[in-house]
Amino acid sequence: MRTIDLARTAIANTFRSKLRTTLTVLALFVGAFTLTITTALGAGVSSYIETQVNAFAADNVLLVQAQTDATLAAESDGPAEWDPESSTSSNAQAGGTPLAGAQAEPLTDDDLDAIAAIDGISGLDPVRTVSTDWVSHDESGQFEFAVNPQSAVTVADLEAGAQLDQGSSSFQVVLPNDYLEALDFDSADDAVGAEITIGMTDITGETHELTAEVVGVSRSSLFASGAGANNALVTELSSLRTAGIEGADENSVIAIAYLDDGLSTTEIDDVTAALDDAGFSAQTIEDQLGIVTTIIAGITGVLNAFAIVALIAAAFGIVNTLLMSVQERTREIGLMKAMGMSSGRIFTLFSLEAITIGVIGSLLGVGAAMLVGSGIGAALAAGPLAELEGLSLFAFEPLSLLGVVLLISAIAFVSGALPASRAARQRPIESLRYE
Amino acid sequence: MSSLTAPAAAPPPALEAVHLSKHYGSGANRFDALSDVSLSIAAGECVAIVGKSGSGKSTLMHVLAVLDAPSEGEVRIHGTNARSLSARALNRLRNREFGFVFQQFFLNAQQSVIDNVTLPLTIAGQRRGARRERARDVLASLDLLEKAAAKAITLSGGQKQRTVIARALAGSPSVIFADEPTGNLDSATGALVEDLLFSLNREQGITLVIVTHDDELAARCDRQVVLRDGRIVSDSAAPVLEEASR
Ligand SMILES: Nc1ncnc2c1ncn2[C@@H]1O[C@H](COP(=O)(O)OP(=O)(O)OP(=O)(O)O)[C@@H](O)[C@H]1O
Ligand SMILES: [Mg+2]
Repeated sequence: MRTIDLARTAIANTFRSKLRTTLTVLALFVGAFTLTITTALGAGVSSYIETQVNAFAADNVLLVQAQTDATLAAESDGPAEWDPESSTSSNAQAGGTPLAGAQAEPLTDDDLDAIAAIDGISGLDPVRTVSTDWVSHDESGQFEFAVNPQSAVTVADLEAGAQLDQGSSSFQVVLPNDYLEALDFDSADDAVGAEITIGMTDITGETHELTAEVVGVSRSSLFASGAGANNALVTELSSLRTAGIEGADENSVIAIAYLDDGLSTTEIDDVTAALDDAGFSAQTIEDQLGIVTTIIAGITGVLNAFAIVALIAAAFGIVNTLLMSVQERTREIGLMKAMGMSSGRIFTLFSLEAITIGVIGSLLGVGAAMLVGSGIGAALAAGPLAELEGLSLFAFEPLSLLGVVLLISAIAFVSGALPASRAARQRPIESLRYE
Repeated sequence: MSSLTAPAAAPPPALEAVHLSKHYGSGANRFDALSDVSLSIAAGECVAIVGKSGSGKSTLMHVLAVLDAPSEGEVRIHGTNARSLSARALNRLRNREFGFVFQQFFLNAQQSVIDNVTLPLTIAGQRRGARRERARDVLASLDLLEKAAAKAITLSGGQKQRTVIARALAGSPSVIFADEPTGNLDSATGALVEDLLFSLNREQGITLVIVTHDDELAARCDRQVVLRDGRIVSDSAAPVLEEASR
């Protein structure tokens, strides 16, 4: 029998018992639908998180702190202890990021030297303490304002304008877009190039104002909240804060270590280990965000497990459907074998029927999931999740869609194997005698 | 196919049964459907197998057509022991050389007549166009062409029987095994089918093995083999009316 005839016969047979096929297809449909939705949800959220994480340009940067019990605590997901010392500067040090879970001891100058001496580290920037009070533009009035002290290592998710120029001596700011309305800008483009005024109070209680140029407007982000400021501005803010008083500059708790270019992951691990031996804890920013991604992976894992359970149930449905089909067509199978059809071709015929059911079920499930997912995604993005810009909740990736279809077809094939081999093993004459 | 067991000059018989036995069950339940049956059918012969109901006619036909394995003895096809043939060779033999008319119709009810008739050709791997053309020729010779597109389930008994015969003929077999080929036909259609089978036998030298209750049909064959309780009680060129009647 030619393959095309096998396929044609298999497809025709699939539709011979419409109700039974429909029910089996429905079971697969549920599995395919769930699997597609959860995979897309996982992909959508992860890709969102990834864009957010990429805002930290974390590839070649380590965050280094002195090792303390608190550092260990920071690695678990327990709460950070309240520390009146650091809370005064939390506005600046934490910068709204999860990067400063617990406060370690400040790094001394000796510490900084020791860190810089480690192989693989090409530069070191203590994270300076800056604190700002407000921001204004023209007649806009003053609004609370915090500068992200780590903006030196971040790449903002820009809505308009350009990234900070760290080498520039002029003061530059990347403004979060939720300030646009408050500061009377019509649009993000309108804000780019504008001068804003930043107000701050130094440790002696005196207030200062300075102007900076808005070079870019960033989308609000899960992690990098706060405005970005370039080196020149951060340095200026930091020195204004100490009001020229010797020794008033608290040493940094976190230092940003720049790694040599082109280090492999194992080499980065070596640097981390060396820092660890020297009494520091070092993490890439991805490490620190690892918990978030782990949680997301966990949630999608659980959802996918449900989908797999649905698919296992569907697999039994296929076995049942095909067993009934084989039973019903005992004589037909006997006749085909009597007329010289090989067992292998009979097996293929029934396997193709199983695969046909699998392909129909998975295509319908994937299609429906895409429709429903896009609908829900659009509705949520317009409503409850409007805050999370750039988030498309369901990301339907062609490869994973194909994967779902292939997986379900494979499950269908495996489930069809038992009935198909039963059909193939039938002795023609016994099948023909079957009443 | 050649054989070492065959005499040097004469071609081996198309079909040969050597001390065939077929029994079902075992111990006290053992039932002998065929006992020590030996038979030799030359190519181009027309043989009627007659006997009472339950005498083992269908069983013998199935064993001769290598649809069923004998319990003892052997079946030779053109001198070759069927047991020595691979599954592939057996499938090919049944597909290319044999045509079957079973006692029941075994039509696929929901398929069209033409799809039923082309089944052996489909299995043989012929292209759709070629096999439909061949099927139409055969259907025309059985006066059934206008039913080609009809579903098998909509046919009358006689039309079903003719469809089954068309299916047996479609693959241009060299041996046709027919179990009660005229059993369900009125005398006119029965005559049509008989004439067709005998003309195939005469003109194309196709070997016929016909299982029948019909004395007239049996009488038209070259040879009648009479079975009783699984044994051959007579095998002659003359009609054996009293053995075949019931
Ligand atoms: N699978 C089987 N198991 C047990 N007994 C069987 C089986 N197949 C056939 N028989 C028995 O073998 C005997 C011969 O059967 P067979 O079908 O060859 O008869 P037949 O001569 O063709 O009869 P009929 O003219 O009614 O078709 C019967 O008694 C039948 O009961
Ligand atoms: Mg019979």
